[in-house]
Amino acid sequence: MTQLALVIDLNVCVGCQACVTSCKEWNTSGQAGGLADLNPYGADPTGTFFNRVQTFEVGEFPNTQTVHFPKSCLHCEDPPCVPVCPTGASYKRAEDGIVLVDYDKCIGCKYCAWACPYGVREVENERKVMTKCTLCVDRIYDTGLPPSDRRPACVMACPTSARLFGDIHDPESEVSRAIRDHAGYALMPEWGTHPSNHYLPRRRTDAHHHDDQLVRADNPLHIEGRQPKPSPKDPALDDVTSW
Amino acid sequence: MNPALSVILLTTLIGAGQGLFVALYVATLVAPGRVSPHFAVVASAVSATLLVLGLVASFFHLGRPERAWRAAARWRTSWLSREVIVLPAFTAAVFAYGVAQARAPAPAMEWIGAAATLLCVTLFVCTGMIYACIRFLQEWATPLTVVNYTLLGCASGAMLATALAAYLEPALVPGYAAATALATLAGLATRTLSLVRNARLRPKSTVQTAIGIKHPSIRQISPGFTGGSFNTREFFHHRTREFLRAIRWLFLVLAFPLPLALLWAGTALALPFAIAAAFAIQYAGLLAERWFFFAQANHPQNLYYGLTG
Repeated sequence: MTQLALVIDLNVCVGCQACVTSCKEWNTSGQAGGLADLNPYGADPTGTFFNRVQTFEVGEFPNTQTVHFPKSCLHCEDPPCVPVCPTGASYKRAEDGIVLVDYDKCIGCKYCAWACPYGVREVENERKVMTKCTLCVDRIYDTGLPPSDRRPACVMACPTSARLFGDIHDPESEVSRAIRDHAGYALMPEWGTHPSNHYLPRRRTDAHHHDDQLVRADNPLHIEGRQPKPSPKDPALDDVTSW
Repeated sequence: MNPALSVILLTTLIGAGQGLFVALYVATLVAPGRVSPHFAVVASAVSATLLVLGLVASFFHLGRPERAWRAAARWRTSWLSREVIVLPAFTAAVFAYGVAQARAPAPAMEWIGAAATLLCVTLFVCTGMIYACIRFLQEWATPLTVVNYTLLGCASGAMLATALAAYLEPALVPGYAAATALATLAGLATRTLSLVRNARLRPKSTVQTAIGIKHPSIRQISPGFTGGSFNTREFFHHRTREFLRAIRWLFLVLAFPLPLALLWAGTALALPFAIAAAFAIQYAGLLAERWFFFAQANHPQNLYYGLTG
C-alpha cells in the first residue's frame, strides 16, 4: 500500500516561508476554489493557508537554537478527522493514503477540525467549507507536467531541500531512507494517529580541524598563500589562457 | 475551545425538550390516571417546540446549512451523524405522541411513548458522545460528559414540567418537584465530579511532543502569521482565567441552588410564577454551564499557538 507523505528536515529549514507562499499560490488557483484572504491590508488580516511555518526558540540564552517548524496536514495513517465527519466529505484515499475533503459534500460543521489534534484544518473564509493540505493531488498525478514537476508545490519551492516527498511505505524510497538514517519522528505520538509526515531532528554539526589541514601538508614549499605555478604547457581551465 | 452560541443553544434547548418529554412519559407510567390529555398535549407541544428550536439553532453552526441533509450519511462512524438522525426522529415521535394524546385514548399511544423514550435516551447518548469521543480533548473524554448532558437535560426538563403542571395540573406538582430536585442534585453531583476530575487533569500533549523537540525550555517566536487565523479563533476562548472562574461559580449558583430554592418556595406557597422563574434561571445557568464546558476544553492544537487557558 502506498502512503504518500512529506518528510521535513528541521536541520535545514531556514524559515523563508517559500513553501507557504507557493502552497498558497498553487492551491488558491485551482479548480476547487480560492483560499480567501480577508482584510489583507487592514489592521487584522486573516486568511486560509494549508501550510504555515512557525518559529520556536529552544534553550536559554545564550545557548539557544532557532527552530523553524513547517506544519501542514500530516496525512495520518489513522486519521481521527475522518470517522467523525457526518457527511463522508472527509476521507482517506485507499490508493495513496492522502487525506482529502470533498468540498461539494462538506457542510462546514468544523467537527473534523475539533477532532484533529494538530490544528491543520481550516474553514475557508469565503467557500465556508473545511480545507486542508491535499499534497497537491491535482499536481502530482498531472501527466501534462514533466515528471520532475509532479511534486507538491511546497517541495518544489524549498530552496534548501528541507522538504522531501514520497511513499513512506516503500522502504527504499528517499523519504523512508531519510526517516531511517536521520531518526525521523512523528508529532504527538501519544494520540496514536500515526502521522505519515515525519520530521527530521536537528543534527549536531561539529567541524574537526586537523593540524595538517591548517598548515597545508600538501603544499610542498610550505608557503601559505602562494600557489605552485604550473608550466605554460599544462592544460588551462579554458584551454586558451595559461596560468 | 471557543464556545459557539449555536451549539450552546442546541444542546441546552434539546436537553430541556428531552427532559420534559421524559417527565411527561414517566408521569403517565407512574400515575396513569392523573395526567390529563390536555396537560400531555401541552407538554408534548412545548417539548417538540424546544427540539425544533434547538435544530434551528444548530443550522447557524454550519458553513453550508443548505447541505445539512448530507449529515445523515455516516451514522456508522460519526456520533454527530447519529445525532442528526435521532434528533428529527425523536421530535417526530414527540409530535406523534402529542397527537395520540389529543385523540386519547389512542391504542398506539403507549407504543409511541415507549419508542420516543428510547429515541430520547439515544439522543442523550449521541449528544454526549459527540464530545466524549474526541480522545485528546481530555476534559470531555469521559463517561461523565454523557452523564452530565443526560442529568442536566432531565433536571431542566423536569423543572419545566413542574412549571407547566403548576399552571395546568397542580396535582402533579409535588411529584414533579421531588423529581426535579432529585435530578438537579444528581446533576450537581456529577457536574462537580467532572469539575474535580478536570482540575486534576495532566495534559498528555506538551509543546515538546507537539514539535518533537525534547528540551524543557521552548518559546514560540512566530506563529507563522501576523494577524489571527482559524486556529486562533476556533480553539480558544481568549478570556482570562478569572473570567472562567467567575462563569463556573455563576453556573454553579444559577443552575443548582437558586432554582431549587425558588422551586421549594413556589411549591410550598403555590406560586406558579416562582416555578416558571426557577426554570428560566436554571436555563440561564445551564447556558453558562455549557459555555464553561466548551471553554474549559484545552485543544492540543493551541500548543502550536502559545494559547493556554
